[in-house]
Amino acid sequence: MQLNRVVITGMGAVSPFGAGVAELLSGLYQNRSAVRYCPEMTAIKGLRSLVAAKVPASVLEIAGKQVARKYRRSMSPMSIYAVLAAAEAMQQAGVGAKECESGRLGVIVGSTLASTVTTEDFFNDFARDHSLERMKTSLFFKIMNHTCAANIAQTFSIKGRILAPAAACATGSQSIGYGYEMIATGHQEMLLCGGADEYHPLTSATFDVMHAASIAYNDDPQHTPRPFSAQRDGMVCGEGSGLLLLESLPSALKRGASILGEVVGFATLTDSGNIANPDSKIMVECMNLALNNAHINAVQVGYINAHATATEQGDIAESHAIATVFSDQTPVSSLKGHLGHTLAASGALETIATIDMQHTGHIVPTLHLTEIDSRCAPLNYVREVASSVELSGNKPIDYALKNSFALGGVNTSLVLRRYSSD
Amino acid sequence: MTEQEIITTVNAALVEEFELDATDMQPELSIYQDLGLDSLDTVDMVIVLEGTFNFKIREEAEIKKIRTLGDIHAFVQRKLSAEA
Repeated sequence: MQLNRVVITGMGAVSPFGAGVAELLSGLYQNRSAVRYCPEMTAIKGLRSLVAAKVPASVLEIAGKQVARKYRRSMSPMSIYAVLAAAEAMQQAGVGAKECESGRLGVIVGSTLASTVTTEDFFNDFARDHSLERMKTSLFFKIMNHTCAANIAQTFSIKGRILAPAAACATGSQSIGYGYEMIATGHQEMLLCGGADEYHPLTSATFDVMHAASIAYNDDPQHTPRPFSAQRDGMVCGEGSGLLLLESLPSALKRGASILGEVVGFATLTDSGNIANPDSKIMVECMNLALNNAHINAVQVGYINAHATATEQGDIAESHAIATVFSDQTPVSSLKGHLGHTLAASGALETIATIDMQHTGHIVPTLHLTEIDSRCAPLNYVREVASSVELSGNKPIDYALKNSFALGGVNTSLVLRRYSSD
Repeated sequence: MTEQEIITTVNAALVEEFELDATDMQPELSIYQDLGLDSLDTVDMVIVLEGTFNFKIREEAEIKKIRTLGDIHAFVQRKLSAEA
């Protein structure tokens, strides 16, 4: 079976740095932290982690209002983020009403949960008198699991396939991977792929209760989370949406679209040893499968964008897995220090950044990595104060690998190639 | 509640719920063609009116006959008068 090459022709982002890919990249390249102290969370009993990387409120107040009420009524913030990201990706790709109506474009966008904010609002009201008489028609459309994908499709009248993977922190990467496979096998020509999530304290509490959330930096939020660092104390939750428009190479060439990058490998598998604790050996297996899928060797990979959320178990396991598969010269960094963990959006937002890094050759370092945890494997950790060996020398990076590993035992690895026509 | 108070209250509730232009709430306007509401919106409109006026109207057959903003004003007036 002849497989299509799968390229990226559009990217869209809503991140804790604001709306747009430019805002995302600017925050990353300037090594800014989007993490903030959230004083309102002091009112929540038992929550120790009071920091988060939220999307600026102005995004909903200004950009969100550009979405017509007819469509916005069925959206919680995560769907608004996703629709804004979709609009940006489609505009960059030059995809409009013709492609949306054609059935050749589909949507694969998931989230960790549907809208917890909406669910909380509903049950707060319901608990008053157990009455459903105040329930509005839009409730279901905000709390259904495919809320982001469905709202994107409705807003732009997209007629192709629709899918909403739910794999927590691996959702965005799984969406891209499944989109890559569907386009490679010819089932769809174009797919908007990625993930979205909206912040709710429940997310921080989920990690807090497992002793995996950052709790020691409430007074110093700009210095947490700290992936791979000896001073790390856990992850910081964030929100946003990242979407990539994947397209078959023949379709992109026929349309004359600018090609931003290429997806050449994908693997996803289950770590069924423990629902919460990652197994380094399964991570190794996932990365090797992705390399095999891409038909490349580990030495060809010029950069690894790690999942590394700044949890002790995750960072150490991933570092040893990377050390098993790759040489200690391959540059590695995590973007969680800048963005926090944007959960279902993270795989896609970090893939967008990785694709840009492949072009510029400028690797965004891991923030706050002053002292590497001695229990992490020796790797070429790219840090803010970088030695020559830690940088790629600003040369374009032909191949990059993006990891995402989720609670529930969902592992994914993507292999991305800097596009060239040969 | 006077007739004008009812009109003002209805209009304010609908303007807020459906993001309508408060300066353009003429009674002859069609709630579908002019105000842009659809079937989901009309269900929510009933819920909003029930909450605003603290009455139950969702089972009333007259609701299905509403076509214009003025129909809503008249319906609410009749309902409030009947309950008075």
